[in-house]
Amino acid sequence: MSDTAPSYEVGKHPDQPPPVTAVGLLGWLRANLFSSWLNGLMTILAILFLLWIIPPLIEWAVIKAHWTGDTRAACADRSGACWVFIEVWFRQLMYGRYPPDQIWRIDSAYVIAVAAGALLFVPRFPWKQWVAVFLLVGFPIVAFFLFVGGSFGLPTVETPLWGGLFLTLVIGVVGIVASLPIGVVLALGRRSSMPVVKACCIAFIEFWRGVPLITVLFMASVMFPLFLPEGMNFDKLIRALVGVMFFSSAYMAEVVRGGLQALPKGQYEAAQALGLNYWKMMALVILPQALKMVIPGIVNTFIGLFKDTTLVLIIGLFDFLGMIQLAGTNPDWLGFAIEGYVFAALGFFIFCSCMSRYSQHLEKKLATGHKR
Amino acid sequence: MAVELTDAAPPARPPLYNDPRIRAIFFQAVVLGAVLLGGLYLVHNTIRNLESQGIASGFDFLNTTAGFSISMSLIDYSQQSTYGRAFLVGVINTILVSAIGVFFATILGFLIGVARLSENWLLSKIAGAYIEVLRNIPLLLQLFFWYFAVLRALPSPRNSVQLFSSFFLNNRGLSSPSPVPQEGFTLVWVAFVVGIIATIAVQRWAKKRQEATGQQFPVFFTALGLILGLPLLAAIVTGFPLKWDYPELKGFNFVGGVVLIPEFVALVVALSTYTAAFIAEIVRSGILAVSHGQTEAAYALGLRPGPTLRLVIIPQALRVIIPPLTSEYLNLTKNSSLAAAIAYPDIVLVFAGTVLMQTGQAVEIIGMTMACYLTLSLLISAFMNWYNKKMALVER
Repeated sequence: MSDTAPSYEVGKHPDQPPPVTAVGLLGWLRANLFSSWLNGLMTILAILFLLWIIPPLIEWAVIKAHWTGDTRAACADRSGACWVFIEVWFRQLMYGRYPPDQIWRIDSAYVIAVAAGALLFVPRFPWKQWVAVFLLVGFPIVAFFLFVGGSFGLPTVETPLWGGLFLTLVIGVVGIVASLPIGVVLALGRRSSMPVVKACCIAFIEFWRGVPLITVLFMASVMFPLFLPEGMNFDKLIRALVGVMFFSSAYMAEVVRGGLQALPKGQYEAAQALGLNYWKMMALVILPQALKMVIPGIVNTFIGLFKDTTLVLIIGLFDFLGMIQLAGTNPDWLGFAIEGYVFAALGFFIFCSCMSRYSQHLEKKLATGHKR
Repeated sequence: MAVELTDAAPPARPPLYNDPRIRAIFFQAVVLGAVLLGGLYLVHNTIRNLESQGIASGFDFLNTTAGFSISMSLIDYSQQSTYGRAFLVGVINTILVSAIGVFFATILGFLIGVARLSENWLLSKIAGAYIEVLRNIPLLLQLFFWYFAVLRALPSPRNSVQLFSSFFLNNRGLSSPSPVPQEGFTLVWVAFVVGIIATIAVQRWAKKRQEATGQQFPVFFTALGLILGLPLLAAIVTGFPLKWDYPELKGFNFVGGVVLIPEFVALVVALSTYTAAFIAEIVRSGILAVSHGQTEAAYALGLRPGPTLRLVIIPQALRVIIPPLTSEYLNLTKNSSLAAAIAYPDIVLVFAGTVLMQTGQAVEIIGMTMACYLTLSLLISAFMNWYNKKMALVER
């Protein structure tokens, strides 16, 4: 026995605290940021990168920004962001050239949609399916009469006056609502055992998926009028909507097909053994499971579609981004494009990330315990 | 009481209208009829509309003189060229921007995907933020940002940003020196090709030898030496038959060298940074899909982290990565059509824009444009399917 080492009775050894470098803030830093010299180097580079990016950004967007005023003179020194630009153009960015005294129509449609949508989130609300049916069937009709007008004593508002975020939402929502049912039908057709139906669906899906949306929109604006009988013409917005609908339903069909294929064959056989006919089998057994499986894919398609609605500005519809371009090229407000882009980016980011968060929530809620 | 058992009569045949086969045939006939009738109706309308508007039809217009100029062209093109030539210029520009975009997007995407999985907390968070932000903002908006807010805001040629005193960045684009091959430069090319062929041969030989004896051969450095060294040797022998044409400021703009027009730069930057965010997620999920047991097994065999990643993880992850990567490449190619919004002369702007405006032959022009994209899509997916088959698990 050496003299220096203190001796303890069995079981009486005092607990030593863990080394300072293994716990607490220091331990975390060591494990996550400086585990090796390479890691440490990367951490330092990353910190330098952040220092290079973030402080100037905050200075530009907040500290030196101009918040009040109503002309560009308010931002004469150009040292920071000019949010006055957004304030002045706010109404146009939101509603386009919709007559200001009629904007309550758009707002009330928003209120109805948000209120009905909020009811869906109330956990124990009894008439949920009716609310959903209203949102999918009744609301579009109400919204159509509200937006277009011409009846119930509302003055007509021509679609060229529509614009801004409002138009973006109209195109996005119509595309989303229409693409799901059409996509489901196309996916079922593609998996059908009838060769003619199958061939038609494959041709349709592959055609629309193979071409970019811009050419579809070009086609909608220059070719659709040629397809229609003489004297009959739709306005530009409707043609664009039809193009967007075809385009997105082809993508949706492929997503749904993935779900249909992933379902084990036993489910089909069991449904048939129960004596269900084709449509009942699909509606009661197959689709509920298949659609649930592909929720992430469906929402991804929705997000993609929502972002793609910006392309309509190329055929001359002034959606959110189109309105910002228009405002940025206004002779009184030249040179404020960046503020506009930042604002639009923020808007799209909020919508898209809300959608993806909601899909994650839905995925979790609908999971019925196949996870290991 | 006994039940009288009779011979079971064959089940009554369902009435004709309830027979699934008959119904299938009937239903298909209806669908076919509807599609054909609808198609005929559209064609009929189109022909009548074209006649009444006095628009010519057919592809004769391709031989007519175009009469407009194009800001960027890899092949000879002037105002006297034909519409057919303009179409070709558009197609080549589309392919060029897509190919370069795919190249950069893949590199950036892999880097960010790996950074997302890094043990380094800060690095992985930065990569995560990059992915979140870029994926949730429309590509067109990003394109506008790069083009109008960044590249258009650059100084004029007189005050250009200088890099290494031979690259000049200004609002007319990026001017860089261009190589001008002199006499005897063909030898360098020949040496380059010989180097590549020799590398392939060495690789085959090394693989055979390793399978036979287990001895390894430093293929990578040999390849580097062959592919870079041989041309260099050839260049030394022939006395560096290559001159550089440097851009020079004359008057208001640069003369000489190559100029990358800002539209091109903006499009490549926007396409590759945007697609990289998607590729990063694909790479991340691919690597995560390889079970951790594989890493542990490789370590247990004595492989170090580098070879483990290269020989064990990546080959398996690639199998998961390739199919979604293919669709990202397809998306990038299709997204390159956004060029029309910033006036980069791709097929949509040149052909479906200018030529359509001048000739009015909507059906032929939109048809050709769409056919062009369809062909590109099919080519890319054919190539990726071939590559996928090569990488796929060979089950024994």
